[in-house]
Amino acid sequence: MIKKKTPQERRIILKNADKPAYSNKLACYLKNDGYSMLKKAFKMKPEEIGEEVLKSGVRGRGGAGFPAGMKWKFLDRKSGKPIYLICNADESEPGTFKDRQIMHKDPHQLIEGMMIAAYAIQAKQAFIYIRAEFFEGARILEEAIAEAKSKKFCGDKILGSSYSCDLVVHRGAGAYICGEETGLIESLEGKRPNPRIKPPYFPAVLGLYQCPTIVNNVETLCNVKHILEMGGEEFSKIGKPNNTGTRIWCVSGQVQKPGYYEFECGALTMGEMIYDVCGGLLPGRTLKAIIPGGSSSKILRADERFTGKLKDGTEFDWGIDDIPLDFDGPASVGSMSGSGGIIVMDDTVDMVEAMANINAFYAHESCGQCTPCREGSLWMKKITTRMCDGEARKEDADLLLSVANQIEGRTICAFGEAASWPTQSFIAKFRDEFEEKALNGNTKPPLQLI
Amino acid sequence: MELSEETLSRIEDLIPKYPEKRSAALMVIHLVQDELGAISDDACSWIAEKLEIEPINIKELITFYPMLRETPWGKKHVRVCRTLPCALRGSYGTCKVLEEKLGVKEGHVREDGEFSIEFMECLADCGEGPVVMVGEETFENIEGKNAEKFADLLIQEKLNTSKDFVSYENSLVTQSPVSKTTKKK
Repeated sequence: MIKKKTPQERRIILKNADKPAYSNKLACYLKNDGYSMLKKAFKMKPEEIGEEVLKSGVRGRGGAGFPAGMKWKFLDRKSGKPIYLICNADESEPGTFKDRQIMHKDPHQLIEGMMIAAYAIQAKQAFIYIRAEFFEGARILEEAIAEAKSKKFCGDKILGSSYSCDLVVHRGAGAYICGEETGLIESLEGKRPNPRIKPPYFPAVLGLYQCPTIVNNVETLCNVKHILEMGGEEFSKIGKPNNTGTRIWCVSGQVQKPGYYEFECGALTMGEMIYDVCGGLLPGRTLKAIIPGGSSSKILRADERFTGKLKDGTEFDWGIDDIPLDFDGPASVGSMSGSGGIIVMDDTVDMVEAMANINAFYAHESCGQCTPCREGSLWMKKITTRMCDGEARKEDADLLLSVANQIEGRTICAFGEAASWPTQSFIAKFRDEFEEKALNGNTKPPLQLI
Repeated sequence: MELSEETLSRIEDLIPKYPEKRSAALMVIHLVQDELGAISDDACSWIAEKLEIEPINIKELITFYPMLRETPWGKKHVRVCRTLPCALRGSYGTCKVLEEKLGVKEGHVREDGEFSIEFMECLADCGEGPVVMVGEETFENIEGKNAEKFADLLIQEKLNTSKDFVSYENSLVTQSPVSKTTKKK
């Protein structure tokens, strides 16, 4: 029998983070060639850097997967108003824990990426918006920024040039909606983080203080440094067309070795990730379902067949194990790779309980600005919780679906979709379990999830 | 309302970092809450005056953001992640054990003010669930039997000296040869 080769990680962003002698101090970063790309950037024209980022094809790592170079292109440079750069470090999508590793273990990589980006867009000031639960992360960043300032890598007259850009760490206070870029901006202005309506409030035009603003994820900004190092063209050869670079996949739930793994986009399939990289399922269990890109993405059933056509016209016929791990793979089977958070569920999971758990999250996190989302997310929580309390009704599956369908597309921000996609997909894929709850009442599930 | 010299000077340093004073609101609230445990009406008014806005502009933040408080948590505040990835590893069981051992229900403060427990939404450490935070430190893989031992050590105030439960933050330091200088105070 030929033993299949385990796919090998290719670490670019996390190249140094887990090396035994590596620390988050400036001296260590400098020893590893740190800030050399910032020096290179300052010898270039700002717009040349933007061109490289565009050429690289790098897509945002926060969840939406929008090309970062394009985002930068949208920046309104003619308004005469100051330009701001914000790093979205609010990492809160359930199942995602990659930015944590970068900020705690390699903060200077983020600062270097940010200062290159700030110079490229000619930002007047830059902010890192970090979730408040990362107490130590915020302290590490503050200290790293102080170190970088003392050596002129950020702050006043960077590298002795005429360009200055102050970098400020700003802590949130436990609200998921602050990860939505316009909600984040409201929060940074000292207000409740109610997202703004687009149009007209595209951050690149009317962002922080109604000034042009770029909001990028931690991993995306780190990539800027590597794009400069390789050149946009070379970078675009990593991974696959339209899916360039590496991604840090976060695997959680019921596998032997949950964790974060950096691979070239498309270098492995879901099956290779679960069985070869993560050591497979827990003893004696079988796979039931996978949520491929954070809890907002649509759930995939283990015994489903996925057929269709890829963008390039090739037809596919996949089982869950065959789905390629890149941006387009999970999207082509009706879900998304989102923030890269893969949540694995085995046969011990009661799907109504799992649904109730997710619905409790969205009911807690809705900002309350739009009626369909504020009311609907709470109703969905109440219905699924009631079902788990032995009060399930025959019509519940349809009722849930009807509520979810009335949220989607009727809200200011994408939270409405994030809250309704789980319910829509759970009902579509596991309707039998929802109906069985009504028929057989509550059979105590082996694992409590709500 | 009384604030220490240190907090006052940190607030003074903080405000000019922002192009508009109001932007400093969350950060100032954090500093005040770190010292006083909660934001009273007096504190609201004081912060508002400092930032040249109305007290309601602070109150609306305190009543929105989950981590801002109108009444303080216990001396040792225990946060348990309840979101799906941690729940799949048993965090509901972990919370039950902690409730029983610490003698306080989730969402409440024990009568003597010693402990409080709070169910949190995703703490972004899902690979090592169930995740529990005590104060500002994150502890990983606290499930089943582990949870009982964890609670015992917490009660005996031996958690920080135990080799069985090294917090995420402390393991960062032991991995690398640098001293832990980032800790405040």
